[in-house]
Amino acid sequence: MNIHEYQAKQLFLHYAIPVPEGKQAITVESAAQVAKDLGGDGWVVKAQVHAGGRGKVGGVKLAKSLAEVTEFSQGMLGKRLATQQTDAHGLPINSLLIEKIYPIKRELYLSILVDRGSQRIIFVASAAGGMDIETVAHETPEQIISVPVHPAAGLQAYQCRKVAYTLGLKGTQIKALAKIMQGLYDLFIAKDASQIEINPLIETDSGDLLALDAKINFDDNAVEVHPDILAMKDAEQEDEKENKAQQFGLNYITLDGNIGCMVNGAGLAMATMDLVKLKGGQPANFLDVGGGTSIEKVCEAFKLILSDNSVKAVLVNIFGGIVQCDIIAAGILAAVEQIHVTVPVVVRLEGTNAEQGRALLSNTGLNLFAADDLAHAAEQVVALAEAVV
Amino acid sequence: MSILINKETKVICQGFTGKQGTFHSQQALDYGTQLVGGVTPERGGEIHLGLPVFNTVQDAVNNTGATASVIYVPPFYAADAILEAVDAGIKLIVCITEGIPILQMLRVKAAMAETGALLIGPNCPGIITPGECKIGIMPANIHLPGSIGIVSRSGTLTYESVHQTTAQGLGQSTCVGIGGDPIHGMNFVDVLSRFQADEQTKGIVMVGEIGGGEEEDAAEYIKAHVTKPVVAYIAGQTAPPGKRMGHAGAIVTGGKGTAEGKVAALKAAGIEVVSSPTDIGVAMKGCL
Repeated sequence: MNIHEYQAKQLFLHYAIPVPEGKQAITVESAAQVAKDLGGDGWVVKAQVHAGGRGKVGGVKLAKSLAEVTEFSQGMLGKRLATQQTDAHGLPINSLLIEKIYPIKRELYLSILVDRGSQRIIFVASAAGGMDIETVAHETPEQIISVPVHPAAGLQAYQCRKVAYTLGLKGTQIKALAKIMQGLYDLFIAKDASQIEINPLIETDSGDLLALDAKINFDDNAVEVHPDILAMKDAEQEDEKENKAQQFGLNYITLDGNIGCMVNGAGLAMATMDLVKLKGGQPANFLDVGGGTSIEKVCEAFKLILSDNSVKAVLVNIFGGIVQCDIIAAGILAAVEQIHVTVPVVVRLEGTNAEQGRALLSNTGLNLFAADDLAHAAEQVVALAEAVV
Repeated sequence: MSILINKETKVICQGFTGKQGTFHSQQALDYGTQLVGGVTPERGGEIHLGLPVFNTVQDAVNNTGATASVIYVPPFYAADAILEAVDAGIKLIVCITEGIPILQMLRVKAAMAETGALLIGPNCPGIITPGECKIGIMPANIHLPGSIGIVSRSGTLTYESVHQTTAQGLGQSTCVGIGGDPIHGMNFVDVLSRFQADEQTKGIVMVGEIGGGEEEDAAEYIKAHVTKPVVAYIAGQTAPPGKRMGHAGAIVTGGKGTAEGKVAALKAAGIEVVSSPTDIGVAMKGCL
C-alpha cells in the first residue's frame, strides 16, 4: 500500500525525522493561507499523487509570491498528473503540500527496504541524491553504500557512522543522520513498511539535514493490523478495477491488450498472459481467481474483465486441483448467462473432473469454446479476438 | 529414492482441526501419507480423522516420532507455528499459509539459521513424492511415480509441469513448490543440489518467475554442479514493472528481477529454457 508524501512526512515527524515546515491544502484558498502562515518569501507547491517524477511534469513548483502560490494551486488542484510512473491518463490531484523553501547545499539519498538476497532489512545511501537511484546504481555503483541490519541486533551506531562518513557528513551531522536512520528503522518495524525512501535528503546551507521528499510503501500482508495506516489509503490514486477486485479477493492488474484472462494461480496467470503474447495476441489483464473459487467469484471476475471495453475475447484457464473443474464450468455458465457475456470465451479446463466440466460447456448455444489443450486455447482466443476487430 | 520425503516419513499437521487442515489431512491420508497426528492448542487428547490431537508440537513429536510438519494456520499465526516446529526438533517444515507479513518471515529465517531445520514455503503447494508421501495441497491424481524432479515458485505451474511430465510417461521423483513469497525457506539451489544427488531423478524441471535473483543463482549453480538435464520456464514475460503479480514476490523493481534477465542467465548457463509453458513436458522428454 502507498500513501501520500504529506502523510509520510507526518509519520516522519512522529519518529523525529526532520522535514520541511509545511502543511497539506485541499483548496486554492487554504493553500494561500498555509503559505501565509508559514511566512517567508518563497514556497514550494507539491501535487499529492501516488507517483514519482512529479517535478518533470509540473507537479512541483516554486512560488516566489502568495499570488504565485494561488496561481500554481489553481493550475494543479482538480487536474490530473501524468508522470513517467503513471499511465497516460495520470492520477487526480486532490490535495497539495505547501512547504517553506530551504537553501540546498547538497542532495543525498537514503532509503530502507527488505533485501531479498541477504534476507535482511538494509539501508541504502548515496551522496548522489535527487536522481533516480536505479540510474546511480547502474552508472556509478561505487557511489552507493548498503548496510544490512540483523533482526536480533537491530541498527547499530557504527552502521550509522559508516553511512554518515560515506555521505561526507561531519561533526554534529553524524549524530543527526544516526537519529534519522534510527527513526526510519523504528518506523519501518512498527508499521510493517516494505520500503521508505528519502530522495533527496538535503543538507541545508546551515548544515542541517532535512527529508525534502518522503515515500513509504507498506507490506500489504500486514497493513490490516495497522488501522492508522489503513486510514491513509487513497483509493482514488489506485486503479478502480484493481480496487474492486480486492473486495472480492481477486488479484487483478490492468494491462493494455484486448484479450481478457481468467486463471487460477498467480504463476499460471502470468504464464497464460505470456502464452497469449507468444501466440500473437495482447493480454488485457492479469487475473488470479485464487484457489477457493465460487460461482460468485467467477461472476465478479467476468464483470471485472468485461468492464474493460477493449476486451474482444476472454481466455479462461483453470488447472483444477482442489477446485473441481465441473464446479468452475457451472460458474462460467452462470456468469455468461447472468451478465450476458457477448464476447467469445475460450475455456481450458484441466485437472480434477475436467471431462465433466468440458461436457457442461459444450453445446450450450452460447459463445463458449471448450479447449482441452492450453496451446490451442491460446491460439483460438487470439484468432477470435482478431476476428472481432 | 526421492528427496526430502518418502513412504517412511512421519508427518504431523499444525492447524489440524481447522477447515484447511482437516480437508488436506484427509486427502493426505487417502494418498497413503504417514500422517500420524496433529496439533491444535487446547484440543489435545481429542481424536480427529482417527488420529491423536496434541496441544504442542513437542507433545506430538514425543508421542509419534514425527520428523515433518505441515502448517495450515492463518497468516498472523504462521511464524509462531514455524518456530514451534523448529523448537520441537522437526526436520522438515512445510508452510502452506499465504499472506505472512514479510518482517515476520525475516525474523523466522534469522531464528532458524543454524538449527538444521528445513523450511518449504510459505505460500506454496507443498512437496510430494508420488506414490509415497504427499504433504500439501496439490491434486494427487495428476502425479505418476517416475524420474523427473520438479521445483517451482508457483503452485499451479507445478501442477502444469506434473501434468505434462505424466502425459509424457516420465513421471516425477519429487515435486517441491518453494513458494511465491519474497522471503521463504528452501530456494532453487537447495532443491537442485538434492535432485543432483538423487539417483531416481534423471531430469529436472525448474519453474521460475519474475522478482528477486534466485533463478540467476540457480543458473550459476547448475552450470557448476548439475550434470542432469534441466528444462526451465520463467513466468511473467508480459508483466508490467512495479506491479505485484499475485505472488508477493513476483514483482520487477528498479529493472531487477525481469523474466528477460532470468531467461538470459539460464541460457548463458547452457540450460534449455522453453518460451511456452505448454512445452515443458515435451522439452524434458527430448533432453533425456
